[in-house]
Amino acid sequence: MSELTLTVMRLGFLAVLWLFVIVAVQVIRSDLFGTRVTQRGARRESGGRQAARQQASPPPQRQQGGGRQSGGRQRRGAPTKLVVSEGTLTGTTVALQGQTISLGRAHDSTIVLDDDYASSRHARIYPDRDGQWIVEDLGSTNGTYLDRTRLTTPTPVPLGAPIRIGKTVIELRK
Amino acid sequence: MSSSNSHTSTIGAIGAPSRRNTELALLVFAVVIPLFAYMNVGLAISGELPPGMLGYGLGLGLLAGVAHLVVRKFAPYADPLLLPLATLLNGLGLVVIWRLDQSERLQQLGKASFGAFSAAAPKQLLYSAIGIALFVAVMMLLKDHRVLQRYTYISMIAAMGLLLLPLVPGLGKNIYGAKIWIQVGGFSIQPAEFAKIVIAVFFAGYLMVKRDALALASRRFMGLYLPRGRDLGPILAVWAMSILILVFETDLGTSLLFFGMFIVMLYVATERTSWIVFGLLMSAIGAVTVASFEPHVKVRVDAWLDPFSKEVIAQTGTDQIAQSMMAFGSGGTLGTGLGQGNSDLIGFAANSDFILATYGEELGLAGIMAVLLIYGLIVERGVRTALAARDPFGKLLAVGLSGAFAIQVFVVAGGVMGLIPLTGMTMPFIAYGGSSVIANWALVGVLLRISDTARRPAPSPAPNPDAEMTQVVRP
Repeated sequence: MSELTLTVMRLGFLAVLWLFVIVAVQVIRSDLFGTRVTQRGARRESGGRQAARQQASPPPQRQQGGGRQSGGRQRRGAPTKLVVSEGTLTGTTVALQGQTISLGRAHDSTIVLDDDYASSRHARIYPDRDGQWIVEDLGSTNGTYLDRTRLTTPTPVPLGAPIRIGKTVIELRK
Repeated sequence: MSSSNSHTSTIGAIGAPSRRNTELALLVFAVVIPLFAYMNVGLAISGELPPGMLGYGLGLGLLAGVAHLVVRKFAPYADPLLLPLATLLNGLGLVVIWRLDQSERLQQLGKASFGAFSAAAPKQLLYSAIGIALFVAVMMLLKDHRVLQRYTYISMIAAMGLLLLPLVPGLGKNIYGAKIWIQVGGFSIQPAEFAKIVIAVFFAGYLMVKRDALALASRRFMGLYLPRGRDLGPILAVWAMSILILVFETDLGTSLLFFGMFIVMLYVATERTSWIVFGLLMSAIGAVTVASFEPHVKVRVDAWLDPFSKEVIAQTGTDQIAQSMMAFGSGGTLGTGLGQGNSDLIGFAANSDFILATYGEELGLAGIMAVLLIYGLIVERGVRTALAARDPFGKLLAVGLSGAFAIQVFVVAGGVMGLIPLTGMTMPFIAYGGSSVIANWALVGVLLRISDTARRPAPSPAPNPDAEMTQVVRP
């Protein structure tokens, strides 16, 4: 067998071996599982779509996470993500895609707060018709604070203003 | 689509998909690579395609196919990678063992020491088949790994029994200074390989019950948590046991494996760094003490410290370690090519304990890194299984088994490469040795069973008819 063939086979074999390793790592990459944010009502999608539109209630939209922007409605200077800047969840970000974000200790909240001072359904953050983000306290025991003031009514959230819930601080950022 | 209205979001669990087709594709890949290697060896040695190619290819493919079908049927949500990775290692092992069978030097050595040379590769294929059969049995009979929890103390006794078997006169067999084999019929079996799995079951069951006492009841001293005396009992018992193995069976590898596995599981169960410190201290004390008065261990340490000196080679009667390191060196980065190295100079145990040297020489650094990465991936999948498992017993068992696997790979690879003293253990899956292959297939079977339970999606809740009717529709 010629030297050249053997060299080619030797290098080819190493390449194939590494290809296997890389494919295996790719499988691991695509094998992520865990939690996903789904909007409630997404299960009724197909049948209720027409009726829902007539009732001026938008069809439920499935959110997969990631950076999908909702249509062309994103205004310039509008916040694109919500960042937890203090508390046990520090560093958590949630992309803002027009969905309501619920905060609280309840397990079905968008952000499940592990905070002794938080109520199970503490507050929610949602966009109004103009795309302005509003924070609303849901009758929590210890209150929700925007900057230093305790919320009594739904209040628009400026970019970067700290929303305090117990020991957790949340900000909207671009 | 306008989405300015409010609805609440939920965080739901994404069930891991079944991934059986991914597994099948990878499995085909994992059978094709050894075939390519086989062809390569044949062309390099004799210039023609090896005659047994069809047989080995079909044999390996059949085994992999059976294993896949069983997983598909009995563990549909199991990890997709473990089976292909193990199959690839087993297949590569078969090829390299076959390649060493072709070496005239080893054939003469076999004739000189045993009277006749018998090829190892067909036997290894048989062992692989038995291993896959055991794997299939584990998959079919072990419906839920939590059943094993019931046998915590029975498995302790069973493990002790397995470990003590080689010391039973008439049954045990002393091969080259280590009493780790037993002779049953025509086969020699290494019970320690099976004891590895059984003892992981005991540790997992025991630590699950005792971990709070071990983690919390302790005094803080100089940044370390000192455990209470009564909690130190089990760790001392395991330590004493591993030292006793070392003294009576002169089996450094197994004692290291057991003690290391216990420390890993203790750390995972209690999250206390102090256990690692204690474990390292105790194993260092034990190893140094034993090495100073046990001649067999002392020889191994000398051979490790100075593998090339003439006195040491004369004393041990073999230059295996020196030859092994030469093989790694002559392989270089890309290797000499399969079938073109001289790793058969290692002589005895070239295809079992020292098989990694052949990979190092013929596939080079690039190849051996790939092989070690494949081992790493198996361990990673084991640990990932432990993370995903919901019950503490399953978590501990998966960590223990993958930890044992990792320690075994480290101890063998480290010994062959001269990082630590050589121990008489075999590289999982690739080395020639029936007990090792069979026991490791069983280990993969248990891991797959745990991962199937861990990744199986939770049963969906019964549909609630009221939910549709109580929707609040805002104008």
